Amino acid sequence: MPFSFHTVSALVLRYLFLYTRHPVRFVELIFWPLVDLLVWGFLTIYLQKQAAGGFPTTITFLIGGMILWDVLFRSQQGVAISFLEDVWTRNLLNVFVAPVRTVEYVAATCMVGILRVGVTLVVLSVVAAAAYGFNLAHLGLALLPFLANLLLFGWFLGMVSTALILRWGQAAESLAWAVPFFIQPLAAVFYPVSVLPGWLQPIANSLPCTPIFEGMRTVLSGRPIPWGIIQNAFLLNLVWGALAAWFFAANLRHVRKTGLLVKVATQ
Amino acid sequence: MPSATPILEADRLVKVFGDSTALEGLSFTVAEGETLGLLGVNGAGKTTAMNLLLGLTTPTSGTVRIFGMDLWKHRIKILRQVNFSSAYTSLPSNLLVWQNLAVFARLYRVPHPKQRIDELLEVLDITQLRNSVTGRLSAGESTRVNLAKALLNKPRLLLLDEPTASLDPDIADRVRKLLRRLQTETGLSVLYTSHNMRDIEEVCDRMIFLHGGKVLAEGTPDEVKTRFNQASLEDFFIGVARGEIEAIGIQ
Ligand SMILES: Nc1ncnc2c1ncn2[C@@H]1O[C@H](COP(=O)(O)OP(=O)(O)OP(=O)(O)O)[C@@H](O)[C@H]1O
Ligand SMILES: [Mg+2]
Repeated sequence: MPFSFHTVSALVLRYLFLYTRHPVRFVELIFWPLVDLLVWGFLTIYLQKQAAGGFPTTITFLIGGMILWDVLFRSQQGVAISFLEDVWTRNLLNVFVAPVRTVEYVAATCMVGILRVGVTLVVLSVVAAAAYGFNLAHLGLALLPFLANLLLFGWFLGMVSTALILRWGQAAESLAWAVPFFIQPLAAVFYPVSVLPGWLQPIANSLPCTPIFEGMRTVLSGRPIPWGIIQNAFLLNLVWGALAAWFFAANLRHVRKTGLLVKVATQ
Repeated sequence: MPSATPILEADRLVKVFGDSTALEGLSFTVAEGETLGLLGVNGAGKTTAMNLLLGLTTPTSGTVRIFGMDLWKHRIKILRQVNFSSAYTSLPSNLLVWQNLAVFARLYRVPHPKQRIDELLEVLDITQLRNSVTGRLSAGESTRVNLAKALLNKPRLLLLDEPTASLDPDIADRVRKLLRRLQTETGLSVLYTSHNMRDIEEVCDRMIFLHGGKVLAEGTPDEVKTRFNQASLEDFFIGVARGEIEAIGIQ
């Protein structure tokens, strides 16, 4: 498939201009995750005190879960908000009549996802270490495949959100925020899959992020890195990636046919 | 007409939206160096036609060939040498003018982008807007910035949807002259929609009048006036809009 990094870099340049011109956007990137971290951090401390040592130290699951969830969420947001930015500023047509392949456009929004994840991750891990003694590095070698899987799944959810907005217009905008939360209860972020009712478990296990959160708890409990689980997550991501790409392409084809692409872009 | 293969060839374009038909077998060509005006009452199908030519919308049937290539087979290659500006799009409002132009210069792989941007700002008389926030420009200023974007890649084919809609007479006149000049200097081909008859008479070599998704009349503005026995294009337009001209019977 033909692909140009030059084109992607031009699109990313646009987002870089945007963030550097409006530093207040970094606040949004940092503020909410920090608030979350404080809540989960203090809850952790409280639970540990209540348990008076009777509780396993693995209660840091909560902080770990929160940070890793944010990786997934920011990645999805990077994709969906970059697209919305083009809709809000009525720039979408300019991009679609430029020599930009759909893959290049999507890749650029994914790059923004990486940048957003990077910023949030650095801030959260520093604060979590300083305030709660939670060191993300305890995840060791597993950290990289964990992050990679969450980033990928975030992209795919972002593509699904974008496709929904293409199809349903700005009315579907709140979906950009809602999509990750549809799956959060099933993603085993803060509790193991085993607490879910039996019939929900297979659904939960079909999400690539579920094994990652399970794996995180395994590693934090001091057990060896569950490579099998990581491999499973990558395989699930492959399937989800294919489905998300198909869903995106099908919706783009649909809005080109119905003229909705132009309507979304000029409304 | 200069070259044998037309720059743009629309062949029996049909576009059906649900139960309404926006284009009913529209065919026309634009020759190299030619400026073709697309006229018609509100809802005649001008914007729909333009969107089909840009690949923003897919036709129900019919084909588009640009530079002799099929649009849907060579979309990216074609779009590199095409550009578009419309009163209904804008560049990202939260960036500075030069930043927006720099992004599009990169997208279109413009050599020496800085130089090219300066040149265009100068030509369009908006050098002073270089560091302005795009979203704070007046409608006419923003139209000119859009035009600068549309000229960045020195397109061979330029599609303009009501480019002078929000311009004051002075600037509108300058834009028309600029288009004329580009046409003679670079052999640029233009497809132009406008509700301003003066635009059409001054800029366009030839016009087609769309009505109900079909070509009602075609020719130079003078030919159309003569054929329909009208004193001005405006009279012709009003006659068609009110159903008087169709009644006279054409062709
Ligand atoms: N996405 C769409 N879905 C349904 N109908 C559409 C769509 N886009 C255009 N139409 C219809 O197609 C017809 C042609 O519309 P179009 O926008 O091409 O007209 P136009 O000639 O550009 O008019 P104007 O002078 O007002 O800009 C209209 O009847 C319009 O309602
Ligand atoms: Mg129109």
